[in-house]
Amino acid sequence: MSASPLLDVRDVSKVFTMGGVLSRKQIKAVNEVSFALSAKKPEIFTIIGESGSGKTTLARMILGSEVPTSGELLFEGKDIAARRGAERLAFMARVQPIFQNPFEAFNPLKRVDRYLASTARRFLNARTEAEMEGPMDEALQHVGLSLREVKGRFPHELSGGQLQRTAIARALISKPSVIVADEPVSMVDASLRMAIVNLFKRLRNELGVTIIYITHDLATAYYISDRIIIMQKGHVVEMGPARPILEAPQHPYSQLLKRSVLSFDGAGGGRITRSGREEVDTSAEALIKGRLKPAGDGRLVRVG
Amino acid sequence: MANDILTVEGLKAYYQMNYFGVEREVRAVDDVTMRVKANEIYGIAGESSSGKTSFIKVLAAAIRPPFRIVDGSVTYRFNGTPIDVAHAGEDEIAKIRWKHLSYIMQGSMSVLNPVRRVHSAFKDFAFRPMGLKREAFWEAVEAHLARLHLEPGVLRAYPHELSGGMRQRVTIALATVCQPEFIIADEPTTALDVVVQKDVLAMIREVQQALGSSVVFVTHDMSVHANITDRLAIVYAGRIVEEAPTRTIFTAARHPYTRHLVASLPRIGDTSPKPSLEGRPPSLAEPPAGCRFHPRCPIAIERCRKEVPVLEERPGGHRVACFRADEALSPAKVLHVEESLS
Ligand SMILES: Nc1ncnc2c1ncn2[C@@H]1O[C@H](COP(=O)(O)OP(=O)(O)OP(=O)(O)O)[C@@H](O)[C@H]1O
Ligand code: SF4
Ligand SMILES: [Mg+2]
Repeated sequence: MSASPLLDVRDVSKVFTMGGVLSRKQIKAVNEVSFALSAKKPEIFTIIGESGSGKTTLARMILGSEVPTSGELLFEGKDIAARRGAERLAFMARVQPIFQNPFEAFNPLKRVDRYLASTARRFLNARTEAEMEGPMDEALQHVGLSLREVKGRFPHELSGGQLQRTAIARALISKPSVIVADEPVSMVDASLRMAIVNLFKRLRNELGVTIIYITHDLATAYYISDRIIIMQKGHVVEMGPARPILEAPQHPYSQLLKRSVLSFDGAGGGRITRSGREEVDTSAEALIKGRLKPAGDGRLVRVG
Repeated sequence: MANDILTVEGLKAYYQMNYFGVEREVRAVDDVTMRVKANEIYGIAGESSSGKTSFIKVLAAAIRPPFRIVDGSVTYRFNGTPIDVAHAGEDEIAKIRWKHLSYIMQGSMSVLNPVRRVHSAFKDFAFRPMGLKREAFWEAVEAHLARLHLEPGVLRAYPHELSGGMRQRVTIALATVCQPEFIIADEPTTALDVVVQKDVLAMIREVQQALGSSVVFVTHDMSVHANITDRLAIVYAGRIVEEAPTRTIFTAARHPYTRHLVASLPRIGDTSPKPSLEGRPPSLAEPPAGCRFHPRCPIAIERCRKEVPVLEERPGGHRVACFRADEALSPAKVLHVEESLS
């Protein structure tokens, strides 16, 4: 057998129980999701989907902060949920999250470099100032900043772009193989958005980091992704190479998603119309009955 | 003008803080004059920390110290009676809130009490203004939730049991269920997927058109503005730098910052490098002298460093604050491509 994948997500499901004693309701947030990331080929792996379709829940399971109800997630062949103590810390160093909103992620009264220092202490066991500062500066250099620029600064003294880059630098300190970015650009304007996704590309190309990019933004997904999965109500409806899928989606939900992207043509008409979502069978029954089938060009599409 | 429902004049609102004896003043809203007509959606765009949320907090009469109104007025005319919320008392404001004026805050947790189920928020805010019998009230609420693709079940949930997107829609439902004449919305669709976003925007437009109400819609997302707003103001460092009918902003903007915003929009199928602005947004505690955009402006001239350009009226309901607004500019000059990041 060849070496195990970097990350192997096998038939993973997560069920939440919601509501009171009388109206207990089970929510299947994630339903039998499977995919693998190769250790040899770093990539930008994008997850797109409905609000509440389980993207964040899936991300939390990958990070080991949520345990699947069934199925398993293996990192380098070993179950993520089974890691404890030092082994868990070592795993966390290799799979790092980045926060959604740069302005909320940082405490306004805490100097920005403190975050980097505490990460260096935690994962690199760095104790002295010098031991911490080397890796901090190196990580900042990777995102186009330097320790000199951020040292002693408070969050409000940095721009949104610098803060988001600092958040990414923090994630790089422990030299991770995987970065899980849950909607890292949803709060920022177009110009900053492009700067951040360009940075992701560079991390993949130059540092060999695999990025799991969770987003609602189809345009940046097209721009940077290698592979993509599209989720609806906890189910994967289509997955495979990103550009062919985004150019010509085959599953009705993926098609609806693409049709719903707001266009700039005729700006100012104020003639926004409904998505037409009702015409697409988005029922859970249809999803559960369906199976992922190969569609010839490397993609899988859920068909009933 | 007769059909203006909101008139803002010379508004200045600052955060005035005292850190260990050191006075700091952040001029988040600095000399803003604008009006909103009845029956229109007025958009406000601008980058993070440009003061969008601060501005509409004043409009929504939702400000707390250290944020203070320093100067100017914010006058609404509901049923012809003027009320200046910059100076009105809390009880006067309470009379118009929810029924006439509603506010969808950024970050949807804020109006939802984390330890109470969602239905209690509807009861607290909407039951009295709507004046319906119990049963009819809940029917109306459920019907309204359905327009936002929410099942009645969400009423029984606690806020933390809903996804970010669901919470956001619940807040929108709360703010629109009483069908107010004036709705202020701060990034109401930012956490939504594109399908739900489109439906929510269409719903806001439908409600607005059906009631002839006015909406002030804040988002950094230009594609949202392109599709829902009638007029659009571009805010930079606490000031409006350009305002025009939305179509004009997208096709004939005159301010270099606006032109940059429009040019940097990504589209599916496009993999060409996109420009990003160099430098960072100015600190509102020590804004640059002269035109606040001058340190990042690719066409700044000496005058821009010293004088403040006023927001000048041009034909076609277009206002621009730039000394060089009349010059024909090649797009290349307006854009700075940040090579290092592409
Ligand atoms: N702690 C929890 N308790 C109960 N239900 C939960 C919990 N966390 C998530 N859920 C439910 O799981 C489903 C998926 O939520 P999740 O936050 O993972 O979605 P998402 O795709 O990230 O959504 P969004 O794009 O709106 O943020 C939702 O139905 C949500 O209500
Ligand atoms: S006034 Fe000067 S600095 Fe300001 S936008 Fe115009 S040209 Fe640029
Ligand atoms: Mg999410």
